[in-house]
Amino acid sequence: MKPHSGRLWVNYLALGLATACALFGLGLLFLILYDIVSHGLTSLSISLLTQDPAGPLGRGGLKGAFLGQGLLTLMAALVGVPLGVLGGTYLAEYGRDKKFSKVIISLCDLAMSLPSIVIGIFVYSILVKPLGGFNGWAGSAALAVIMVPLVMRTTESMLSMVPWTLREAALALGSPYYQVIIKIVYRQAASGILTGILLAIARVAGETAPLMFTSFNNNYFELNLNRPMPSVTVSIYQYAGSPFDAWIGQAWAAALMVTVVVLFLNILGRLLVKVKKA
Amino acid sequence: MNLKKLPNSIFYFLTFLSAVGLVVLTVGLVVTLAVESRPAFQRFGFFRFLLSTDWNYTDQIYGALRPLTGTVLATLGAAVLAVPVALGISVFLTELCPHKLKSPIAVAIELLAAIPSIIYGLWGLFVLAPFVETYIQPFFSGTLGGLPWAGGFFQVRLAGGLNLLTASMVLAVMILPFVASLAREGFDQVPEVLKESAYGLGATRWETILAVVWPTAQKAVVGGIIMATGRALGETMAVAYVIGNRHGALDSIFSPYVTITSVIANEFNEAGPIQMSALFALTLALFLANLLVLSLARYLMRQK
Repeated sequence: MKPHSGRLWVNYLALGLATACALFGLGLLFLILYDIVSHGLTSLSISLLTQDPAGPLGRGGLKGAFLGQGLLTLMAALVGVPLGVLGGTYLAEYGRDKKFSKVIISLCDLAMSLPSIVIGIFVYSILVKPLGGFNGWAGSAALAVIMVPLVMRTTESMLSMVPWTLREAALALGSPYYQVIIKIVYRQAASGILTGILLAIARVAGETAPLMFTSFNNNYFELNLNRPMPSVTVSIYQYAGSPFDAWIGQAWAAALMVTVVVLFLNILGRLLVKVKKA
Repeated sequence: MNLKKLPNSIFYFLTFLSAVGLVVLTVGLVVTLAVESRPAFQRFGFFRFLLSTDWNYTDQIYGALRPLTGTVLATLGAAVLAVPVALGISVFLTELCPHKLKSPIAVAIELLAAIPSIIYGLWGLFVLAPFVETYIQPFFSGTLGGLPWAGGFFQVRLAGGLNLLTASMVLAVMILPFVASLAREGFDQVPEVLKESAYGLGATRWETILAVVWPTAQKAVVGGIIMATGRALGETMAVAYVIGNRHGALDSIFSPYVTITSVIANEFNEAGPIQMSALFALTLALFLANLLVLSLARYLMRQK
């Protein structure tokens, strides 16, 4: 044996441990994915999407909940995306280098890290308590509050990456600044911003805690935002806590659907950036 | 102001308003939480509320100590379980992994971080909790449970796998991807030249990691770990399922217990006025804890 073989052994042992950790961690995470898929597939059927909820013995579905979640997410995106993009535009363009913008960026980071249950509680006291009951608007508002800082921060960083000379060239041709932003800067940063938007939508599409105290849940098909709105995630929470096998099965199937949608949005968002780079 | 400049002014105003909107929201959130939690602080007294273990529905007396300790302990437990594995993953990814596999693995880890917490909760309730009940609880109560003084902390007092340890385990699984990717970002900041000079002196890979990579990346990695662990503080859906929700003494790692989020999730919608105010006060405490952790992480990550 060579004199320094002890050092080599320590090296192999430590690196082997790191590799084992990596294998264990990845294995665990894929085990979870496997559990979701296998449990979900056993109870997945088309009636989940086409039927209204039934008693624990009937073959019901969560039609209203899927529509409700879609509607809540859509409304949230309709408010949250413009607010986020415009606010991010202020931070990166008109307000760049201003102290005020730096404060807002820090606030953005804080808002992004807020537990979503805190936002749910906040929206409860401004939109549910004064209005006298759970309603869909409050649910959408809670999701929008989660989205705004996410979209704002990505917009800000994507716009900041556009070279300054590009703006100068356009300004030198006599374009007003707002046109430079809309026609030149946005176009350059489009795919990055879109990715940010998709990831923000994916983030709120699977949220439960902020909906429990705002839009609550509803066993019926509901498109009126003034009333409690059904949502898949809150239904999963309630069904999984029930003692009935049929409901628990539906919870797993719904969980699989939510996971697929969220992962799909994430992958789509990431592909957009890749396509642009290539 | 001439008419030609008007569109620009309008656009400027819209962007400014949106940015200010975020300030209004954040300030509004803090003010709302403070106003709503006032009745509880007035009734019970600020420190009495924070330090009381009461949670009594009939006498309407509420104290924050159990949910607070539950949140802190569940989070610390999650960190203890997740950080070593996450460090292993990030060391593997930065120093050992073949280049071609690096980005697929990193992306897979980030995708797993995107899975909503309700899904992890469902998994925790139906897969992990039974596993804890059949394998982990008997193992610990059979071995460490026999210790003379500390043994009680490992004994099972209530059947079912819903307890503090299970909550920590679910949280650990949930934060694992975050911790791993933030730690990896920290390690990635170490310049390649530094490592190469260590190799040039004849150091092994492990010696390079210990003597060069870790000291250089230390603050960024620790900051990232703190930031990722902070997410466990406010996790709701997963914890609400598996913690067991019992306002009782914590005398074992297998005791059902409460966290701030589990109490809110389970009691908010049926709470009476003073109980609701107490729940708002807990939310405020969660907000402040989150702020503290975030600031600490930022401070460490900014230092060079």
